[in-house]
Amino acid sequence: MPKVKLPKPPMPRRTPPRPGTQKPVNGNDKPGLKDHAAEAGIATIGWLDERTGASPFLRGFLYRKVPKGTNWFYTLGSATMFAFLNQAVTGVFLAMYYDPNPTKAYDSARHITNDVWLGAFVRGMHKWGSTVMVLLVFLHMGRTFFFGAYKYPRELNWLIGFVLLLLTMLMSFTGYLLPFDQRSYWASIVGINLNSSGPIVGPYLADFLRAGSEFNQTTLSRFYSIHMLLIPGAIAALIGAHLYLVAKLGTTAPPWLKAEKAKELSEEEV
Amino acid sequence: MARAPKKRKSPYTADRNTPGAFEGETVTRRGLMTAGALGVGGLATMAFGLPALGFALGPNFSQTEPHRWQDVGPEEDFGTQAYVQKIIDLIPDVADSGKTTIYVRKTDPAKDDKKLQDQPYVAISNRCMHLGCPVRYVQAAQRFICPCHGGVYGPNGEVTGGPPVRPLDRFYTKVENGRVQVGPRFSLDSHFNRFPHPRDPSNHLDGLWQYLYPSRPTT
Repeated sequence: MPKVKLPKPPMPRRTPPRPGTQKPVNGNDKPGLKDHAAEAGIATIGWLDERTGASPFLRGFLYRKVPKGTNWFYTLGSATMFAFLNQAVTGVFLAMYYDPNPTKAYDSARHITNDVWLGAFVRGMHKWGSTVMVLLVFLHMGRTFFFGAYKYPRELNWLIGFVLLLLTMLMSFTGYLLPFDQRSYWASIVGINLNSSGPIVGPYLADFLRAGSEFNQTTLSRFYSIHMLLIPGAIAALIGAHLYLVAKLGTTAPPWLKAEKAKELSEEEV
Repeated sequence: MARAPKKRKSPYTADRNTPGAFEGETVTRRGLMTAGALGVGGLATMAFGLPALGFALGPNFSQTEPHRWQDVGPEEDFGTQAYVQKIIDLIPDVADSGKTTIYVRKTDPAKDDKKLQDQPYVAISNRCMHLGCPVRYVQAAQRFICPCHGGVYGPNGEVTGGPPVRPLDRFYTKVENGRVQVGPRFSLDSHFNRFPHPRDPSNHLDGLWQYLYPSRPTT
């Protein structure tokens, strides 16, 4: 049988040295333990970077050019995101002790506050954090509105932000029932009946929220799963889209700054 | 300027100069694969998406308020004048959140509406018809008063003030072996016309409003 001669793939003449394999700095031929230790961090990051190609993405994402006049108001969006992260983390850990059963919910919430170590603190973070998040969402929206940052080409980001506002409100609505005391029970009854007041679709919406015509066994767990699974997932995904668009489109200069003339700009750069 | 007549594309890939076209072929292989992959992906998504959606929406389409009769006491306990306060289960097994207060008295042919006199007893629900808060009967004022937004009802449950949109709901009643039993809920419009499929609080029922707030499969 004749030997099949495969064509050789095109290779560069000299492959560049792999990162981290250069001659050590100490002058000796063999790298010592110290050299390895000194390079461990960089080598790990390099290993990851070589395989994910993350650094060009991160460079573009984190080292963006920002317009002149960028000020503290521009941090409201990040502040909102950290408020959401606070809610997510404290919520996940509250879920370890909470029981969404109408006969046990109140006692489990009381157990978190009174018995669990740091329970009152974590529950407090979640409770007050929700108010902080709503406040920050509105401040962030006000900043966007008054700085005209919703205009072309950022309209889509305004719309995503609007959906995020709605989802935040839904989080507040569904979370309010969970402590299951008198206040949260009756507030939720009123809130569900408010939904019911919409013509034609309203009563069906209320039935969906209650899982029936009256407050029943599944209403609380329904609110709980909407509160901790459905909406947080949607919020996290939309925050991703929101951030992507911010990174892609850049931020706006505050409206009180006049646009510089192109000529001056080019002269400055030269 | 007259528009050039629209060129009709040939259905055959060979006539359209598609690379790799076959004789008599109308769909390219790439097009078929794309449509096939999208179709199969869509089917797979629907295979779990639709059951999940039906699972979440299911309670909307089944009757969830059980029609049960509950004993509230012997006939001697109730007169035609004063309301007696009783607590019944709307939904069992959810502790206090499934209970509701009702106000019961004997039907009085002199003051009760003729349309409702087939019921031996009057059992008024304490659910406010504004947004569902619990009303209480104040004997001195002869009024049902809502703590939330100022709804006020007269002694028969008719609206006398505040935001409620219709009279207080009632429950069907019957007498069995000398004991009063309370059954399913029903709603009333402001002329005491009966709606056997009870509506939610905040739903108007007068005139054309009843069609904007239709009866649902759950009641």
